[in-house]
Amino acid sequence: MSRVGKIARRSFLIGSAVLAGGVAFGVYTVRRPHENPLEAGLAEGEVTFNPWVLIGPERITLITPHADVGQGVAHMQAMLLAEEMRLDPGQFDISFGDPSPAYWNRAMGEEGAPFLSSDQGFAARTTRTAMGAVMKVLGMQVTGGSTSTPDSFDKLRLAGAMARETLRRAGEIRTSIPSDQLRCESGAVVLPDGIRIPYTELSAQAATIDPVEDAPLTPRSEWRLIGQETERLDIVAKSTGQQVYGIDVSVPGMVHAAARVNPRRGVLSSYDASAARAMRGVSEVVEVTNGVAVVADNTWRAFQAVNAVECTWGPAPYPAEQADHWAEVAASFTDARLDREWRAEGDVEAALSGDVIEAEYRAPYVAHQPLEPLNAIVRVTEAGVEVWTGHQMPRFLQQQVAGVTGHEAEQVTFHNQFSGGSFGHRLEFQHVTLAAEIAMQMPGVPVKLTLQREEDFAQDFPRQIGMARGHGAVANGRVEAADIQIAAVSSSRSQMGRIGQNVPGPDSQIPAGVWNAPYAIPSYRVRAYAVPELAPTSSWRSVGASSSGFFGESFLDELIHAAGADPLAERLRLANDPRAVAVLEAVAEMSGWGRSPGENRGLGVAMVESFGVPVAEVIEVETTPQGIRIRDVWVAAEVGTVVDPVAFENQVQGGVIWGLGHAINCEITFADGMAEQSNFDSHDGMRIWQAPRIAVRGVELGGPVRGIGEPPVPPAAPALANAIFAATGQRLREMPFNRFVDFV
Amino acid sequence: MRFTVNGVPREVDVEGDMPLLWVLRDELGITSVKYGCGIAQCGACTVHVDGIAMRSCQLPADSLEGAAITTLEGLAEGETLHAVQEAWIAHQVAQCGYCQAGQMMQAADLLATVPDPTDADIDDFMGGNLCRCGTYPRIRAAIHDAAARLREG
Repeated sequence: MSRVGKIARRSFLIGSAVLAGGVAFGVYTVRRPHENPLEAGLAEGEVTFNPWVLIGPERITLITPHADVGQGVAHMQAMLLAEEMRLDPGQFDISFGDPSPAYWNRAMGEEGAPFLSSDQGFAARTTRTAMGAVMKVLGMQVTGGSTSTPDSFDKLRLAGAMARETLRRAGEIRTSIPSDQLRCESGAVVLPDGIRIPYTELSAQAATIDPVEDAPLTPRSEWRLIGQETERLDIVAKSTGQQVYGIDVSVPGMVHAAARVNPRRGVLSSYDASAARAMRGVSEVVEVTNGVAVVADNTWRAFQAVNAVECTWGPAPYPAEQADHWAEVAASFTDARLDREWRAEGDVEAALSGDVIEAEYRAPYVAHQPLEPLNAIVRVTEAGVEVWTGHQMPRFLQQQVAGVTGHEAEQVTFHNQFSGGSFGHRLEFQHVTLAAEIAMQMPGVPVKLTLQREEDFAQDFPRQIGMARGHGAVANGRVEAADIQIAAVSSSRSQMGRIGQNVPGPDSQIPAGVWNAPYAIPSYRVRAYAVPELAPTSSWRSVGASSSGFFGESFLDELIHAAGADPLAERLRLANDPRAVAVLEAVAEMSGWGRSPGENRGLGVAMVESFGVPVAEVIEVETTPQGIRIRDVWVAAEVGTVVDPVAFENQVQGGVIWGLGHAINCEITFADGMAEQSNFDSHDGMRIWQAPRIAVRGVELGGPVRGIGEPPVPPAAPALANAIFAATGQRLREMPFNRFVDFV
Repeated sequence: MRFTVNGVPREVDVEGDMPLLWVLRDELGITSVKYGCGIAQCGACTVHVDGIAMRSCQLPADSLEGAAITTLEGLAEGETLHAVQEAWIAHQVAQCGYCQAGQMMQAADLLATVPDPTDADIDDFMGGNLCRCGTYPRIRAAIHDAAARLREG
């Protein structure tokens, strides 16, 4: 890596105002385009116009570099390209492509800038641009932060339009008919007399001319695919058992490995593998960092054998007992641990000089646990390394693997795979480097490591643990003051620290969803406190807002009730952003807010903005003899333009269920330094019998296009707690709620 | 051990306690059957044994002598998909899709038992099949749709 790259890597921070590296790049460094990675591998007769389009005599391949972890972005990316190229589904293949700096994520830099999404001032714009420059110079290919759609929306349409117009020009050269008399339609250049020349027949011609750089974009009124209900490209494979996930990949000569790593994240003190070595099918027992691995001829045999290894584990580098984790969080509301005062409006001290409403909230560690357990295939040879797995940070994966095997990152070939879920889990590297450690000890042999579910739980880097304290005042039926302090460990620092990234400056994820709440409360203060690292944590679908959104919207609800105001009307009165107003008005209408829900029922509302997207949710609950039943959820989200309505509804419904299920019954607690929950019997999530009806509306005000993978999660927990309060008078201030009430 | 998988006779030489899940995946290369939890808590490994939906992670190989095992690949009849699969496609149920083979196998058994299930029937019968992506609303809709397709023949 270049020196400037190293400087930038050391000082890079997602979500910080500190941009130490940003100013170091010269204009040339920032403007210089990355090479098109498709050019190196072009076969005879193939042409590429940009890093996303490859056309050969036989087939058209669209590169969809954002990783598909179930959210449907492979389809979304392909539709953006196909729209502009005038391709129909079925006329092209898709590929995740090789890792490349050309696939840097522009939106992640812009979204990470710590300014209100409505802020278009000089500092905000300058910082967004600078952070975009960091992403570009580093070639940060990342899928995350709900950025795949905003990153792709313009970029891939422009790439598709460039391809279309270059093919049209090639058609002009081929036929000598002026290009303005040629149409591009359904994968072909169409002559005035109706004769069709398929793009595949024009590839050689197109390769001889310069790509058309100023191709116009298709107006919205002519969209065939974008904004339309299209059939997901993977839906048939996923409905017939034909979809191949990382865990299904088979490489000739492959062996199966299982591992156990210290569940306290300390050292492996000693082990006895004599029983394991004698078991059928076992070929190797090898040491890995803080653990031991077994290689066998079958996954189950590897599981059985590794479980038969007797291990003595060293102590945890963090408090062994859960109560001590909470004590550390509770002790962090101090000036010394103030990470930043994020918001200070009005005169909070004066406003809180009279009667004060106080409350304290807690959000526990929670595990990711997508249904496909973590796995990776690695083959190490002297010449290079090959890796097969589903991952969201391909270039970091190359670096991490190379760091284990001693190769250069460029010598690591990565075959990205469809993933059976992530929710933040596939931003981590430990399972991949673990597989590389095993494969290092078996040169030339492809080693597939599959984590047992129990191991996946034990080694999961959970969602941050946090607490909040709220102080507020009301007068004349209105909320007048809210002073919210949030203390949490920084999952961003923990996560980036594991890959050697320094994260200076305050972490905007600690108070996410609260510091940027689109409310004009007359006196409003938000302070974040950084709890020193306890158990290592990581990004969990919606990151900081998954806990802080619960804190902020629960406390606001308490203030509104104390004021005697209507929870939805008072939020509308306080809302100071037209997008927030729009989603609140939408759920009011959808839910029939204002009606009496009837006996044993209650309605609750919450609205949280995260990743630039305000989402409002109204939930109706019913108390039954079997416990609380969540009957209905009405959701409205504002994303500018809904690019893929099918994925949009699916992501919103799934995000709500994700938020509700974990709020109801999930937590990771530590005892003797180990997570006490080890499988879905003790960390359930939502089951179908608990799943409410969920009505979804995408509000399109036409502003910047934004992503929907995470924003539906944060309002779910507070809307549920607020509904339970409305139905029962019981205020739930700590997740999971099943510690305090029963659910159906 | 000898049994049939999707109508094809198979013979495997494995430990008697190896679960069917791993016999199918690692010995026979049938990967639609997924490993999720290994303790019958998620349903991703659901297959039909003699027509009944069962968790293949809990079925030791030596209990399967002579059994007729069906996986999602065997649910379709030739090129004609099962009504459950057609409904799953029509409703675009899958997100990551990892649990969906198990969901469809469970749903097919539900519809063979209860041709016109209520939401409560669906909740009861499908409750052991976990979907981390949260596709439950679409699963419910697709099961009702599949029931209608089966009734209409």
